[in-house]
Amino acid sequence: MATRDTTEPTNQPAVSTDEVVDWKTKLRYFLNSDFVRSSPYWGIPFVIMGIAVYGGIGYNLVISFTDYNGLEPPTFSSLDLEMYRTALASEAFREAAINNFVLLISFTAISLILGLFLAILLDHGIRYKNKVQTIYLLPMALSFVVTAQLWLWMFNPDSGVLTIIVTTFGFDPVDWLGNPQLALPAVIFALVWQFSGYAMVVYLAGLQSIPDDQFEAAKVDGASTIRTYLRIIVPQLKESSVSAAVVLMVFALKAFTFLYSLVGQYRPPNGTDILATLMVRQAFKFGKWAYGAAIATMLLLLALSVIAPYLAYQYRQGSL
Amino acid sequence: MSQSTSRSPIDVESLVENFNYRRVGKYALVVLFLGFFLVPLETGIMTALKTNSAIARSLPFAPPAGEGFTLTNLEYAFSQLTNSFVNSLLMAVPATLLNVLLASMAAYGLTMVSWRGQLVVFALFLVGVFVPYQAVLVPLAQFWNNMFPLAQMLEPLFAAIPFLQGGHSRLVPLTITHVAYGIPICTVLFRSYYKSLPNSLVEAAKIDGASITKIYRRIVLPLSLPMFGVVFIYQFTQIYNEFLFSFTLITGANHPAAPVTLILPAIGSSTEGIDFGVRMSAAFLAALPTIILYVAFAEQFAKGLRTESG
Repeated sequence: MATRDTTEPTNQPAVSTDEVVDWKTKLRYFLNSDFVRSSPYWGIPFVIMGIAVYGGIGYNLVISFTDYNGLEPPTFSSLDLEMYRTALASEAFREAAINNFVLLISFTAISLILGLFLAILLDHGIRYKNKVQTIYLLPMALSFVVTAQLWLWMFNPDSGVLTIIVTTFGFDPVDWLGNPQLALPAVIFALVWQFSGYAMVVYLAGLQSIPDDQFEAAKVDGASTIRTYLRIIVPQLKESSVSAAVVLMVFALKAFTFLYSLVGQYRPPNGTDILATLMVRQAFKFGKWAYGAAIATMLLLLALSVIAPYLAYQYRQGSL
Repeated sequence: MSQSTSRSPIDVESLVENFNYRRVGKYALVVLFLGFFLVPLETGIMTALKTNSAIARSLPFAPPAGEGFTLTNLEYAFSQLTNSFVNSLLMAVPATLLNVLLASMAAYGLTMVSWRGQLVVFALFLVGVFVPYQAVLVPLAQFWNNMFPLAQMLEPLFAAIPFLQGGHSRLVPLTITHVAYGIPICTVLFRSYYKSLPNSLVEAAKIDGASITKIYRRIVLPLSLPMFGVVFIYQFTQIYNEFLFSFTLITGANHPAAPVTLILPAIGSSTEGIDFGVRMSAAFLAALPTIILYVAFAEQFAKGLRTESG
């Protein structure tokens, strides 16, 4: 007992100074660590980006729970899901969501198929390949605003190029954008024109990473070109397909600008309303900010449902 | 690239030996798609050069003939767009420069220096690439209009600058917005480049005791100059072409600070309909800077797109 009493007070400070030293060295190590030393480099952009992207998303979510309509500052006392219920019950929202899915799936699928076709075509010992590729990709350098004007003229029912093509084949002129049944396919056609070059570039890069001996082996085996591609090459392009598809889908979700610029007003041609146009119209035209925020949140969820599996896939592949 | 050339001997062989229908078909397809991608552009340019009566009478893709040729539409469109060109550049050039610098720094900190949890931070950047901007529009409008009305604060300052009006102060929040939302994609582009660089230089410098800042300034920055070009061209095109942020923060096509993309959908339209001669002229002029950049730096642009997809 007595010894313990005497040893304890002497030990105590020793232990605690040890701990202090430990703590101090730890802090010094920490401050000298690459994490802290490099933090100004990644930290500053991270904070700017974080506030804009994640702060924005968070605040948007909060607004979507209020009844904010721009007349008085939003009140955060009573938060509920009313805006989401209204949206899900509304006919306009459902129509926009369906159009959105149709646009997303068909635009992505057609662009991928056309892009793959063009990539294989150009990968086949075409002369001036790089120049041709540059031209195929050219629409990609243009703004949605510009391409919308070009296609507005192409689709013009009186003297647009497509009308002339249709009438030379003996059909009646078609009001592409004025007919609710045809407007969405017409928009998809224009978007495919703009973005299939992108899919082509991604596929070309993928094709070039496939070793040549596979082509040669298939040739020696007497496999036809089409069979070689379908059986051997295309399955190896899975990674290119996935990443091109994700980027294309995100483009499709951003198609707002194209639709707005077609008509220069909030309401796009009948039959082409998508979530993005509906959201901007509700928020910025009618001042239903909370309602717009709720639609935006659902649009975000749609985008995340595409991105999250993609990132998980990339992570598993070790290519993140 | 090298692989496609090493495959070419086979193709050359077949090229010489069998001039067959398949080859003809192949080139016919190439030309067909050249037409597919060029006709809308060509039609637009031809229409821009025609008088209104020529537009009504001739085929839209036919070149203007004789009396049908005019530059009036182009001149009118240019006079309508001049101010907005200046606005677009005032916004896009500083935004892109800041973007490129910040993204290069971020990518450096996330690639060349290793620490735990790096991947999580990078994943947050990566998600930022794909977020539809609609999801931040309401907060964005709220922030710059009500919470932090920077444009209003800067208005007197801009009014004092020659050639500019007070309204041009709205370009400042717009530029900041572009910088913030452009960081993710530029970081992804830089990171994939830095990952492809050999690690030995940086390792050697580390063993010599060079600090993180020194390694960045002396080694990484000089090495990434070509990538600065790629990202600059890519991002400048993106910002110049962007519409939604301008639409949210500047609102009207009549605003003195309106960039090109905001004005374009309104040019040449009246109650009688759209004057396509003027509209196509404006579209062509608006696209010209990006077309020139693209044609001059096609390879860099394609490279930027390829890396974007991971």
